[in-house]
Amino acid sequence: MSKEKAPERLIDDSGLRIDGRRPEDLRPIKLEVGVLENADGSAFIQQGKNKILVGVFGPREIHPKHMVLPDRAVIRCRYRMAPFSTEERKNPAPSRREIEISKVIREALEPAVMSEYYPRTVIDIFIEALQCDGGTRCAGIVAASLALADAGISMKELVSACSAGKVGGQVVVDLCDLEDKYGEADLPVALMPNLSAVTLIQMDGKLSREEFEKALDMASEACRQIRNFQAEALRHKYQGMVDTEEPPATGEASK
Amino acid sequence: MSGASLTMYAQKKQLVTPGELLAQGDYYPDLNTFKIGNSVYSTILGISDLRENRLSVVPLKHCYIPSVGDLVIGTIVDIGMSGWSVDINSPYPALLLATEVLNRQHSQRTETDRIFSVGDLVKAKVIAFDRTRDPLLTVKDRGLGKVTHGRVMKISASKIPSLIGKEGSMISMLKKESSCSLSVGQNGIVLVTCESPENEELVMDVVKMIEREAHTHGLTDRVLDMIKKGRKGGKVVEGEGP
Repeated sequence: MSKEKAPERLIDDSGLRIDGRRPEDLRPIKLEVGVLENADGSAFIQQGKNKILVGVFGPREIHPKHMVLPDRAVIRCRYRMAPFSTEERKNPAPSRREIEISKVIREALEPAVMSEYYPRTVIDIFIEALQCDGGTRCAGIVAASLALADAGISMKELVSACSAGKVGGQVVVDLCDLEDKYGEADLPVALMPNLSAVTLIQMDGKLSREEFEKALDMASEACRQIRNFQAEALRHKYQGMVDTEEPPATGEASK
Repeated sequence: MSGASLTMYAQKKQLVTPGELLAQGDYYPDLNTFKIGNSVYSTILGISDLRENRLSVVPLKHCYIPSVGDLVIGTIVDIGMSGWSVDINSPYPALLLATEVLNRQHSQRTETDRIFSVGDLVKAKVIAFDRTRDPLLTVKDRGLGKVTHGRVMKISASKIPSLIGKEGSMISMLKKESSCSLSVGQNGIVLVTCESPENEELVMDVVKMIEREAHTHGLTDRVLDMIKKGRKGGKVVEGEGP
């Protein structure tokens, strides 16, 4: 495969981005809940070329025992990129970047989880990035909060996340890998939309105050949109189990 | 009620997601909900319920959190001098003290070993549990103790109330119609004991159906139907007299 080249222009004359989106457009998102049999809760997200699988275990007995917290559950989170997730093979050993992302994702989810309901236990979150194309920490948070909800864990609110940034002099939302690499700034935001509480905000690159505010607004708006997709994904999975009127037509009654 | 500004967003018995706004106004937040200012939100994936002005959410899935008085079925996982560790399908490992069985303070390892061994199933009752200590079990009651025969199955702990039904209606109907004995642990372990293996099989299928269709209408009728159809076949196999 040819070596990736920096694109000449990230935004063309008609104002479209490198993948044909307008500045305020999100990549297409597909969310699926309850995809794994053995995990207590699971979710899969496909956002553009990103493919991320999340499994949640817990609340369960904590090991090693010295990690126990007497008043609430410990939340452990591991973000991991598959060796085949990037263009060049990624060394499977946990990198500095993965360890950092694990930590920021954990901290983005902790305010939402009502861990005081489950003292002396642990909730494990495993995030496996199968294919990466920029914004995986945000996509990971979106899927992880769905997996937590799927596991039946009490939460104040679903956490949704999206990045914004500056590319080719313009503030845009939901950056892809090329925009992230060659753009001027990247601003991932995680939000609990119904509570209007930001749980993650990071920035690399430079933004003026006005640009920052615009980017934050755009990212928050995107989070609100994603929050609707999340609720929809949960409904899609569980609506069938809860009928309000007639019983579902299954041939189950006769053994 | 003041009735100043009562707005229900979720219908009664509707699927709700964590963080979903259920209602605004003079409502009291009950189980699995919380209130900020005037708004009541859900905290869990479940089904909304409104009684008077109390809003609650019945969870679709949850892990088993012991509570005092619960009947549970567990597996012995460890033997100690003073008792047994029991896995009760919960984040908290339970302890069954030897004094509960032996009626005396000091026991020897060989004694505890003789009564229950690792892998044994026990039917027990939770006698103590709080946030700071692991649950304590007892087998000092009628029908409690080692499980010697029957089949065990595991269902989601959140579906146990549906299996039991209102004031035990579902479970007593199930017992009557199938003439099997069922022990339902609050922790999601169900023990089925029947005369014939065919009936055991049938009852297990029925329990699985109840788990799958716990939140649907007309479940009782379908359960009844399924047992009647299944039983008919079962009787022929048994070759029961007229």
